[in-house]
Amino acid sequence: MFDVKQVRKDFPILSRSVNGQPLVYLDNAATSQTPKQVVEVISDYYYRYNANIHRGVHKLSQEATDAYEKARTTIQTHFNAAHPHEIIFTSGTTESINVIAAGYASILSKEDELLISALEHHSNIVPWQMLCEKTGATLKVIPMTKLGTLDMEAFENLLNPNTKLVFVNHVSNALGTINPIKEIIDKSHQKGAKVLIDGAQASPHIKTDVQALNIDYYVTSAHKLCGPTGVGMLYGKETLLKKLPPYQGGGEMIASVTFEKTTYADLPHKFEAGTPNISGGIAFGAALDYMNKIDFEAIASYERELLIYATDALKKIDGLKIYGEASEKTAVISFNVGTIHPYDIGSILDQMGIAVRTGHHCAQPIMDFYNIPGTVRASFSFYNTFEEIDVLDKGIRKAILMLQ
Amino acid sequence: MKTIETIQEEIVEEFSLFEDWMQRYEYMIDLGKSLPLINEQYKTDTYVIKGCQSKVWVHAELKEDQLNFTADSEAIITKGIIAILIRVFSNQHPKDILTANTDFIDRIGLKEHLSPTRANGLVSMIKQIKMYAVAFQTQLN
Repeated sequence: MFDVKQVRKDFPILSRSVNGQPLVYLDNAATSQTPKQVVEVISDYYYRYNANIHRGVHKLSQEATDAYEKARTTIQTHFNAAHPHEIIFTSGTTESINVIAAGYASILSKEDELLISALEHHSNIVPWQMLCEKTGATLKVIPMTKLGTLDMEAFENLLNPNTKLVFVNHVSNALGTINPIKEIIDKSHQKGAKVLIDGAQASPHIKTDVQALNIDYYVTSAHKLCGPTGVGMLYGKETLLKKLPPYQGGGEMIASVTFEKTTYADLPHKFEAGTPNISGGIAFGAALDYMNKIDFEAIASYERELLIYATDALKKIDGLKIYGEASEKTAVISFNVGTIHPYDIGSILDQMGIAVRTGHHCAQPIMDFYNIPGTVRASFSFYNTFEEIDVLDKGIRKAILMLQ
Repeated sequence: MKTIETIQEEIVEEFSLFEDWMQRYEYMIDLGKSLPLINEQYKTDTYVIKGCQSKVWVHAELKEDQLNFTADSEAIITKGIIAILIRVFSNQHPKDILTANTDFIDRIGLKEHLSPTRANGLVSMIKQIKMYAVAFQTQLN
């Protein structure tokens, strides 16, 4: 049985105060908080078995290697990948995307087309623009609707045999829209295109089965799902990853080196040059263990209640407009009040100890679509409470009084 | 003519009367509303300060040997902050602007706006004001 009071005890940070008020942390889409169980895994690593992995013959190195590889298996199991070596550790979502973009630089030609969605984060736009500049391929955009969903009819019309890659986020970071990735994947595959799903915003809320959905590439960051910053993953189907060239040269990624020729190591090491974020990788596994123990079904249903409660409350505020009203969305509310600048509301809320995000959320094209400078975004997690939503509600009302 | 330091002391004094953040912010919001608005012709990308979450435009003019600033922003709290900066730095000699200390911001409880992570760019605004001072100082020489 899900008990938020119990869960909150795992997060010491939630009981601190900010500007003399109890912290109300509603910036979970930017980064989630880290439970004791995960922090302890990190300190345990440094206190007991900090060593470089894969190469050492000594005991500590073996223990560190075992823990790191066990984390890989945990991630594999969580996403139901066919093999552990289909999970590549990276520094995070952005790097994962760049690994694929760099790999496709040698595969794409002038006639090829890439399709991205209008709901993308900048990190899922810029690498592809750079890739198109390099290869001469064309970048096309799946348009969005007023509700903040993808225009699926337009998507189908854009798909053609020249489409090589389709990139869509599983959940939009700015609006919370859950995109119909199964349909996107199936239709893309019918035209022979591969699909990369950015799971950064989805993975804290939805347990994704990469095989059931037939996903080609899936990427996410540990810090979005109760893990530490600086570590993330790239899932790719074995057959696809084998065809991609390595991302960076260095140690770990080689099989043999002479001055004439280097042969690359097998997966996953081909993409893991240099000493990785070892404690981060281990903690990534611990974070997934932690969330799975709470249970993703329980998390999803509780967050759904939070979303409904918050949406109802905020909609009652005069002049408040919510951006992103898809029927399927995660617990994110992006909004503005009248002509008040989001920055002003965010600053006042901060004074009351309420942490929200303001601005364009690294998704400027979405803001341009709505013709607004940005929004205030409150994003909820399973450790948030209904009482905190009441505080937010009151806070917004107070901010409006001050600003109008 | 008051010196930059005198004006800063006056502002610190005014802010010391406020009992809580709400009064401080309400005051800044009022200041924002009274900001000497920039001439519309200067609200272009040439005069925009980059790196701010809300757009901020600052324009400077030399009158005799004193710099005069006008500015605007999309966000009212940001306008309040600019209004304070303009009160401190407008009608001053570029040389004095260049050498001015800006510790007073800390002393009026707006320290959080000084952090480089703050996208409102108080730091960028001060930098821009000092850049204008450098440019006009060169002209005066």
